[in-house]
This record gives sequence, C-alpha cells and structure tokens, in this order.
Amino acid sequence: MAALAAAPAPAADLSRYVRHRGDCASVEIAVRGARCANCIAKIERGVSALAGVHEARLNLSTGKLSVAWHGHADLAWTIIERVKSLGYEAFPFGAAEALDDTHMEGRALLRRLAVAGFGTVFVMGLTDAVWYGGSDMTAATRDLFYWLAAAVSVPATLYAAMPFFASAYKSLLKRQTNMDVPIGAAILLSLGLSLYQTVTHASHTYFDAAIMLTFLLLIGRYLDFSLRNHAQGAARHLLALQSILSRRFDFSGNLETVAAADLATGDRIFLAAGERTAVDGVLEDATDADLSLVTGESVPVTLPKGAVMRAGSVIMGRPCVLRATARVESSLVADLARLLEAGQQTRNLYVRLADRAARAYVPFVASASLAVLAAWLAMGADLATSVTNAVAVLIITCPCALGLAVPAVQTVATGRLFERGVFVKSGDALERLAQVDVAIFDKTGTLTLGTPELVDADIPRDVLEAAAKLARASRHPLARALAKAAGTGPVASGVREEAGSGLEAKGDGVTERLGNATWCGAREVAHASELWFRTGDNPPVRFSFGDRLRADSADTVRALESRGLAVEMLTGDAEAPAAMSAKKAGIAHWLARVTPTEKAARIAALKAQGHRVLMIGDGINDAGALAQAHVSIAPGSAVGVSQLAADMILRGDALFQVAEAVGVARKARVLVLENFALAGLYNLIAIPVAAFGLVTPLIAAAMMASSSLLVTLNALRLARTGP
Amino acid sequence: MNGIAVLVAAALAFGLVALAILLWSLGSGQYDDPDGDALRILIDDADD
Repeated sequence: MAALAAAPAPAADLSRYVRHRGDCASVEIAVRGARCANCIAKIERGVSALAGVHEARLNLSTGKLSVAWHGHADLAWTIIERVKSLGYEAFPFGAAEALDDTHMEGRALLRRLAVAGFGTVFVMGLTDAVWYGGSDMTAATRDLFYWLAAAVSVPATLYAAMPFFASAYKSLLKRQTNMDVPIGAAILLSLGLSLYQTVTHASHTYFDAAIMLTFLLLIGRYLDFSLRNHAQGAARHLLALQSILSRRFDFSGNLETVAAADLATGDRIFLAAGERTAVDGVLEDATDADLSLVTGESVPVTLPKGAVMRAGSVIMGRPCVLRATARVESSLVADLARLLEAGQQTRNLYVRLADRAARAYVPFVASASLAVLAAWLAMGADLATSVTNAVAVLIITCPCALGLAVPAVQTVATGRLFERGVFVKSGDALERLAQVDVAIFDKTGTLTLGTPELVDADIPRDVLEAAAKLARASRHPLARALAKAAGTGPVASGVREEAGSGLEAKGDGVTERLGNATWCGAREVAHASELWFRTGDNPPVRFSFGDRLRADSADTVRALESRGLAVEMLTGDAEAPAAMSAKKAGIAHWLARVTPTEKAARIAALKAQGHRVLMIGDGINDAGALAQAHVSIAPGSAVGVSQLAADMILRGDALFQVAEAVGVARKARVLVLENFALAGLYNLIAIPVAAFGLVTPLIAAAMMASSSLLVTLNALRLARTGP
Repeated sequence: MNGIAVLVAAALAFGLVALAILLWSLGSGQYDDPDGDALRILIDDADD
C-alpha cells in the first residue's frame, strides 16, 4: 500500500473534457490561486512551453485557462499537472455550457446597450434640430427628420428593449405585474404614438424619448447583470472544482484514474492520505478521516474496517480502499446540493422592493391614464387629442428613475462592501439583509478560527520540543497544531504512524510516543482535543487543544446588538467548549449539540414567530440553515457547498464585516426608498402636466433625464458617507 | 435641402461605423477579461 501511495498519479482519461476541431484539441481548466500579472505570465508560459501547445490564455475574470494544441487528447493531463507543478490548483472545467450561457447574456446586453446608445445620439440630433430650429423649418423638412428618426429609433428601440418586453410578457403570463410591464407599455406606446403623429404631420413626436428611456434602463439592467454575474462566477468556479478525479482498481487489479462521475457502485477506490472521496462507500481498511465536510468538526475520527464513509471526507491516516455504495449523483454531497436548490427556490419567493412598488404603481398609473381619457372626452375634445393626452400620461410616468434607482444603489453598495471584503452575490440579498432582526452564528470556523491550537502554557519547553519532533512527521491537525506551537525544528527519524492511535519513534533506545491516552498509557478519560506524550517509562504529559475565537468576534456581536439584532449561537459541539466560546463572544443565548436539521428547524421556528434571520456559518452542517435563513453569510474559509448556499461571502479572517454589511444594507434600503420618493414626487408634477396636454417632447426628455440623474446622484451618496 | 441630405447621410454613416466597430470589439472578446487585461500590461514580454 505504501508503495502505491508514493507512486505518481497515473494519467486520467480526460477525453470528455477535451473539445476537438480538426486536428486541434482544446480544453478549459479552472485555475485557482492566480491573482497577479506574474501568475498570468508564469502559467501561460509554462503551459505554452509544452510540446504541441500553440495557445494558452488565462482569463483572470473567470479563472479559466483555455489551452489549444495539436495532437492527442492525452496532453490535457500533462497540462493540468504542469499548472499544478507551478503551484496553482487546477481542475478540468466541466460546466462549460452553463458558463457560456451567462457569457452570451452579458454580451447580448452590451450589444443592446451599444445599439441604444447609438440610436439615442442619432435621434436626439434630429429631434433637437426640430426643437430649436422648428420655427425656421418647413413642414416638409420636419417630416423628413421625423421619418429619419423613425427609421432609426423604431428598429433600434425594438431590438434594444427586448429584455424588457420578454420580462413583462413572462410576468403577465403569471398574471402579475413587475417593473417591466409599465416600462414595456411606455416604450411601445411612445413609438406607436410617434408613428401616428408622423403620419398625421403633427408637430411633436416621442422617438427620442422611447430610445433614451431604453438606453437609461439598459444601463440599470446591465449594472444588475454584472452584479449577479460577478458573484455567480465564483460559485460556478467552486462547482467546477468539485469535479474530482478518482483512482479505482480495474478488472486486472491495476489502478486507473477516472472522473468521479464515472464511478459505479461496487468500484474499489484507492485513497491516499489527503485525498477526498467523491462518493459514499464502505471502508476496506481502518484509517483516520477528516469528516469536517459532514460534521463541521475538524478533529479527525478513526474509522474501523467496514465503516461507512460519506462523500467529501478526507483521508488523514493510512491509505485505504473504499468500496463505493453510491454513485456521485446519489452521494451525500449531491443530496446537499439538491437541498440548497430547494432553499434557493423558497428564497425566490422574495419580492424585490422594485417589483413591490410596481404592483402598487401599475394600477395607479393605468387608472390615472383612463381618467385623463374620460375627462378629455367629457370636455368635448376629439378622440385623437384625448388618446394622445392619455398616452402622454403613461409615457411620462414610466418608472425610468425606478428602473435605474435600485440597481444604481445596489451597485454602489456592493462595490463598497467588496472593498471591505464582503462579496455580495445578488442585489436582493442586500434588501433582505436590511430587514434582519436576529443573527445566528455557528461556532466552529465562524466565531472561532476552526483550527485547533495548543492552550496549555505551563508545558516545559524541552518537553514541547521533544514532542514536536514527532509531531512534525504527521498530517494530523492536532500534531500540526503542536508543531506550530513549537515553531520550526528537527524531525525525529524513523517515526511510525499508527492510524487512530498516534506516532512512535525509537531513538537512542528510548521509545517516544505521541498520540491518544491509550496509546501513551494514560489512565484518564479520552478526550477528542488532546494529545499525550510519553518518553520511555516516564508518566505521560498531556497537551490540550482549544479552538481560538476570531479576534473580532466579540466586537461583531456587540456591533450587531447595538444595531438592534438579537444574537444567538448554534453549534454541534459539546456544552463545555460551547459555553466558553459563547461567554468570550458575549452571546447570552446559545444551544450546544445541535444537529444540522435542528439548526434549520430553529430558524424555521424563528421565522414562524415573524423574525427575519441572518445565518452566519461555514460548515456543510450549516448549509441547510444557510439556505433556510432569510439571508446568510459564510466566511471565506467555508466549504464550497456553504459558500454556494450563502448570499454573501467574507474575505479574510475578520468577522466584523458582518456588522458593516448590515449597516451598508440598511443605508442602501433608505436610499432606495428615498429614490422611490423622488420618483413619486416627479410623477406628482408630471401627471398634471401630461393630463392637461402640456407635455412637449422637450419637457418629457428633460424630466426623464433629470430624474434619472437625480436618482443616480442620490445612490452615489452611499459611496461617500461613513458606515 | 441637398446639404441636409448629405449631412444626414454622413452623420448616419459615421454613427453606424462607430457602432460596427464597437460591436466587432465586443464580438472579438475584448471585454471578456477586464481583470486580466488590466494586469497584462505589466507583463514584460517582447513577443506578445
């Protein structure tokens, strides 16, 4: 077995990731860890130096390396090995289709924006000429200008405003109204009305209003898209990294490397120390495993032969063989992914502020327009004038400012949070964060750093030094913590590791042992977070380990409480360590030994009482709770699934950004409401003007542009003010 | 009137050319990696 573990991983069959065009093959590789110009140069040059490779390009925005080469598909493996040897994590990228879709969506939006921008400038040029030179212009020239404006603005507007029409149509099919319904109606009506007026040689048209409206709204839409895309890119990247390769025994007993998705039930999988399992299975050898992905606790557990090991566990002891009992898609990790999806769906029921405003707004505007029509008819005006004025009301009340208001505020807010190290995945996450009144923290890895640390200060230096000589030979987290506490130094020779027990070295005729209580002959009750050390026949010495609180945990809790939030702690850990952490962090309400299901149930119970819960957690055991909560935050050290489940991700080791994020979210909400008020005020002036038939295209354009500008400037205030 | 026809045609042509160039740059992927492009300028490379 040891010989097997030492052998380099054989080449895997990566043909399902490789695309072929003629005799040219290409592959996309997800690279993690590349951040600077140097990284780009190093990776691209390193890969280009391989024989046959004629193109290697790293996209830093998406973290994807595209490589094209002449020759056999097998080179893909060599390329991945080369990137790894340069010091970066590299995985074949499986989810290429999903990425391409969003990519195309972004490009399509930019194309529409470009067309709308061009149309706006051109049509404005024509209509401005009419506004300022109309009195000197012959009717024929004016008609020519309007026809030219129509020729450009009708196709350009219809093409550019397609996203609004599509969204409005979808919403109407569900018998609901969103912001896009009045927007789509206003655009179509102003085009229709302008065409009618052009045909009837009227003096005013609204071609410029239609295209400018579309242009301004597309800016808002693009801001919203980049916000979502930026965050989802990170999430997709994580998913790609989960496409793990596995080594299994083939029929003749040789090891072959296959994609995790190709593993079948009954396959015997070889796992070396440090490798992560992709499927659930039964162990054929005893070993130590890190089950933190499943349980959230980082101290490894000894598993006997025949034990069930869930997907996502990492082997920490001897290499072993696992017999698969499930395929990847029916393993634990996939189950969790489905759980998350269900959580996301309930979250989709959340109605954005803008759409809630639209639901009140649409009936109001529609009835105002009908009232204007009725009033003009009652006063004896002809049908054309009455309809024109009614339509003018609809056009001028189009929620242009609203369409821009919310994305502008959210872009500024997320940009500001990003600078502070908070990664916001969607704009409505900010809206939800502004509403929370309860914050629930996980303990291990969230309030604490999640890695064990030596807590006994009264151990003699020479004993620590002697124990560290053994500890440096092991990958066990407690041994590593011990080695870290002792600093750098020599490693004992001839160290033997007994899985589930400890380390042993025979130097100078004296046997030294480092491991659990039984291994060292201590007669005390075994405890998970301690190590014993014995030299020869001397009494064993105990090393205790604890999990240190993050430096700013207590400050964060205090800051949240001062903002009016109730803070709780839920942990799967035992009472004693939980009580200690809660006391240090200043949390009065806490529960220990809570299972993942109970965590989610606690959140559901709070929800039923009408509370809005913010969940902050990092482990896979928190993923359900993260998905269940009104809004959720995961630290950057969190496992992939939890980062996927959370609405926001923290960078770095600090926790205080949680409190900052709540502050920024609340400020953003105030600004959005202010913007709504500004837009309402604007309508208060605009509707009477339109109702009395006084709206000229010049007034319409001026009001539209000024209200958009006002709203955007108001959003920018968020970037300036303190937290 | 002839002057207007020429000027309008010229303005339209200029606008369309600019639009075409923008759409081309979009299609050729020049906005695909803003983070990377910002850093690439720092790479000392004669042959790139």
